[in-house]
Amino acid sequence: MTKNPNVVEVAASAPVSDQDSAWIKSKRYWYLTSIALPAIPLVSAFFAVQTGYGLLLWFMVAVMYAILPFIDYLAGIDRANPSDELVEELQSSRYYVYVMYGATAMHWASLVGMAYVVSQFDFSWFSILGGALSAGIANGVALVAGHEMGHKVNDKGQVLCAKLVLACSGYGHFFIEHNKGHHKDVATPEDPASSKFGETIYKFVRREIPGAFRRAWELETARLHRLGKSEWSLSNEIIQPALVTVAAYTLMLAYFGPIMIPFLMIAAAFGWWQLTCANYVEHYGLLRLKDKNGRYERCQPKHSWNSNHKASNLVLLHLQRHSDHHAHPTRPYQVLRDFPEVPALPSGYPWMFFVSMFPSAWFSLMNPKVVSWAEGDMNKVNIDPDMRDEVFKRYHNPKAAA
Amino acid sequence: MNVVPYKKYCCVTCDLIYDEEIGFPEEGIAPGTRFEDIPDDWTCPECSASKSDFFLVE
Repeated sequence: MTKNPNVVEVAASAPVSDQDSAWIKSKRYWYLTSIALPAIPLVSAFFAVQTGYGLLLWFMVAVMYAILPFIDYLAGIDRANPSDELVEELQSSRYYVYVMYGATAMHWASLVGMAYVVSQFDFSWFSILGGALSAGIANGVALVAGHEMGHKVNDKGQVLCAKLVLACSGYGHFFIEHNKGHHKDVATPEDPASSKFGETIYKFVRREIPGAFRRAWELETARLHRLGKSEWSLSNEIIQPALVTVAAYTLMLAYFGPIMIPFLMIAAAFGWWQLTCANYVEHYGLLRLKDKNGRYERCQPKHSWNSNHKASNLVLLHLQRHSDHHAHPTRPYQVLRDFPEVPALPSGYPWMFFVSMFPSAWFSLMNPKVVSWAEGDMNKVNIDPDMRDEVFKRYHNPKAAA
Repeated sequence: MNVVPYKKYCCVTCDLIYDEEIGFPEEGIAPGTRFEDIPDDWTCPECSASKSDFFLVE
């Protein structure tokens, strides 16, 4: 019998203090930030109109790359894990699902609201660019909500809202590609959504976006063929959210005018870019080895980068507790757990996303961490094939670490 | 005599089917092994999701 050391279970059995339990219960209010966050572009757009100060449309960009990282730094680390009893209690509460439904509605309100403001008021192109990028950040956050709900395959309401919220940026194929593709191939060279050691994010994105779409389409086609249906039907779960996007974008174009073409394109693309950053950060360089049958070993907690930063975990639905997520993909955000001895990022996602856009800074921050994770044995690292010789020459030194 | 028919379970994340009749011989799970007899720490061979993420399909 193949047994898998499942560190997650060990961590879950650790004693939990009353203080931790109280904190975990109080997070129910903090999760409302998932509704508040997409409201930020809307509020900043309102003030931009009121004051005539167009640069306010950039505010969400500042929130993502400056304010959130700063709050993350101040708020520090959250190691609190729920006890088994508390997991039961939190998991059975529908409140957390309703927060996600609220977030879905707010994401659409925010996108349409920003579209209205940039089209109906007289702002400079630079301010409008800021509005589009702000909407793009919100679209990226929408993908986090879509990710959370898209895993709840047996809950029709959540699947519907996943499709709706992913449709904000026209990325409806994500939940198919992510569940059946990424979760299967994670931390292998075959996965277009796992980044490789030495691969810049700008190279990664050219592999990730088309690769993810192709994989989603193939998976959905195979599913429909199993059911005896054509892929070109309304049963296609890629086509369904795509129609929502097309309908909404067409309406906005009709009502708000041609400015919607660059606005929606930039907002969608920058939303996709947030996901690219997440995929780039979450498994950088980590590799599952093949067993003697030629099959990849099971995805273990050590195959994901984690962050326990309190503030970013609260606003990003604990996505940063990524090892537990891969061990238990359907586990809802409110009960995702931290556990010791997993690869840890030096900061939360918002700052890591920023750093990832500067390859030399990223490499100098993360490459040593990957090398130490692999104990100097670069055969155990997911390396960009184009960089293989260079990487081996520079980093391969298994004896030194042993 | 065993009268309980074999059942199938599906991984909610990646759609892998566990068929009790076939088992997973390469995993050390013999044909005919009931799903409940698989150890709780067994995980999906495809996507590594936990055993509790499988649901009964037939």
